[in-house]
Amino acid sequence: MSFKTKDVVLSQTRPTTLLLQKHADYLASYGLNKDDFEYCMTEYLRMSGIYWSLTAMELMDQSSRMPKDDIIEFISLCQDSESGGISASNGHDPHMLYTLSAVQVLAMYDRSDAINIDGVVKFVVSLQQDDGSFFGDKWGEVDTRFSFCAVMTLSLLHRLDAINVNRAVDFVLSCMNFDGGFGSKPGSESHAGLIYCCVGTLSICKRMDALKVDELAWWLCERQLPSGGLNGRPEKLPDLCYSWWVMASLSMLNRIHWVDQEKLEQYILACQDSETGGFSDRPGDITDPFHTLFGLAGLSLLGNSSIKQVNPTYCMPQETIDRLRLEPQILLI
Amino acid sequence: MSDCGDSDAGWIFYKDRPDWNDIKPVPEDDGITPVVVIAHSEKFEDVYDYFRAILQKDEKSQRALELTKDAVELNSANYTVWQYRRELLKELGTDLRSELDYVESVIKISPKNYQVWHHRRVLVEWLQDPSQELDLTAEALLHDPKNYHAWQHRQWAIKSFRLYDKEIEFVDSLLSDDVRNNSAWNQRYFVHNNHTGWSDMNVQREICYTLEKIKFVKNNESAWNYLRGILLHDKRGINGNGVVTAFCEELYKNRCRSPFLLAFIIDVCEEAIKKNETNGFHNVERAKELCTALATKYDKIREKYWMYLRDRFEMYVCVNGENSQ
Repeated sequence: MSFKTKDVVLSQTRPTTLLLQKHADYLASYGLNKDDFEYCMTEYLRMSGIYWSLTAMELMDQSSRMPKDDIIEFISLCQDSESGGISASNGHDPHMLYTLSAVQVLAMYDRSDAINIDGVVKFVVSLQQDDGSFFGDKWGEVDTRFSFCAVMTLSLLHRLDAINVNRAVDFVLSCMNFDGGFGSKPGSESHAGLIYCCVGTLSICKRMDALKVDELAWWLCERQLPSGGLNGRPEKLPDLCYSWWVMASLSMLNRIHWVDQEKLEQYILACQDSETGGFSDRPGDITDPFHTLFGLAGLSLLGNSSIKQVNPTYCMPQETIDRLRLEPQILLI
Repeated sequence: MSDCGDSDAGWIFYKDRPDWNDIKPVPEDDGITPVVVIAHSEKFEDVYDYFRAILQKDEKSQRALELTKDAVELNSANYTVWQYRRELLKELGTDLRSELDYVESVIKISPKNYQVWHHRRVLVEWLQDPSQELDLTAEALLHDPKNYHAWQHRQWAIKSFRLYDKEIEFVDSLLSDDVRNNSAWNQRYFVHNNHTGWSDMNVQREICYTLEKIKFVKNNESAWNYLRGILLHDKRGINGNGVVTAFCEELYKNRCRSPFLLAFIIDVCEEAIKKNETNGFHNVERAKELCTALATKYDKIREKYWMYLRDRFEMYVCVNGENSQ
């Protein structure tokens, strides 16, 4: 019988404790270090970069090291006065992804007043289609990621009533596959990242009852490999960001204890770089703010007490979600 | 990291090109701190400073179209560059066939990028010509059989232009190469669900096909999931198909202990219990025994899940016990 599995082996010399201060220093300098080649290369997703870094810093309780006033001013600059949407950087085109990142950042700063909220609502509403799906921008790419962006953005602004929520839910449910998982469109393969988006949409819309809970949760648990890491689809390599997509989904389903948490924690810690700080996708790779946020957020879900509690639906500090009085649905077992 | 400044010796910076000297470059302005330009990204800075300038001017010209090519080459994930390029194509009435060839060449370099595939789709829609899409995606899947973007594009083309005819053959060839390719199994389901339909004959044929593949590699998550998927369309349900249950018991008897086999038999037991169709093979005790075996021996990493399931079967006993009183 063949038990071949694609996986990695954790080395004996891997980090086994959380290097919190290193990560905070890494992000504090990353945000400001404009002579980095990466900084120039990532202009097209700057807004999300700010969200990843700020959220990670918030979770480490060190967000005061981020240039708050500059960030807020930058976000104001990125709102398009015509469509109301927000772009990744000044002069770029508005997009659902960056509109969400901007709204998340402003929610953490409690500064939604820095943008034209009605404009954002108008932008999101304009992208909903008859079948309930959402475009990401005016060019018409449909993806369940954008459904999640839409409901998350509007709920953070307390304006979820502006869209047709029932149809949004129906579209997401039309992407449910025979294995209980979800893909990007009807018929697309189940994928842990998109499952997170779809479960998150249902959590915000309080329609978790529509899931095939145990089947989906089992599929998610199957993502755990012998190394402790999680992959996003069968027969793929583990990647740290899936510890967030899978664990956040399992948290919303209230079944996080179904994976081997100790082994997962070892895998996440092994993805730290003890010299530069930050987390990477797999042990030994180059670190970045994206994987750093999802490494920290994953550890938070696992109950690490030196990191603030993260909300599994919003991937933001629980205290922000509480302040906004949002109550995304978490299933009862 | 590639040093793009040195990679092409004949490169002339836009700032040094006479035909661009009417344009004042616009550096990135994110309002935080001044941008520091360093040597190895000079070409990048130069191209994007000029791109921002034409964007700001809204210049619709052939040279702008050429500039977007350079911008794409440096960063094909920049969605604004692509969006502007499409506006230019429309405005300039550029030959879209040559644009198809161009985007194909970019896809070959960056096959995992949302923007390139979306650009491709818009072009195919404008031209209403999907004749190259199956070959293009087959080529991308040859290099990476699980490329999500390529699969999405392929499904879109097949669904929009009814290109189902040879798709099962294509899936077959991928599964012959790698029977664990979950994307290919998903595509198989996609074709049946959208095209072939779930007649009883088709369902039984798919079951036979899948059992053959499982016989070949038993510990294959994708094939077992697919089997469950097609049994959703079998009126007799997951426990009522004698071919399937006999196949599983035969594997079990021959000492196969793949977690997927055991998990499947547990599902069969559960449905039998729910439908009041338990028998010597499929009943609460067997299910509990299999859950314990998985938790303690064959799938220890998911011990908590299997113990949860075991407890759920305990509850069936209690409920049944109450019913009989």
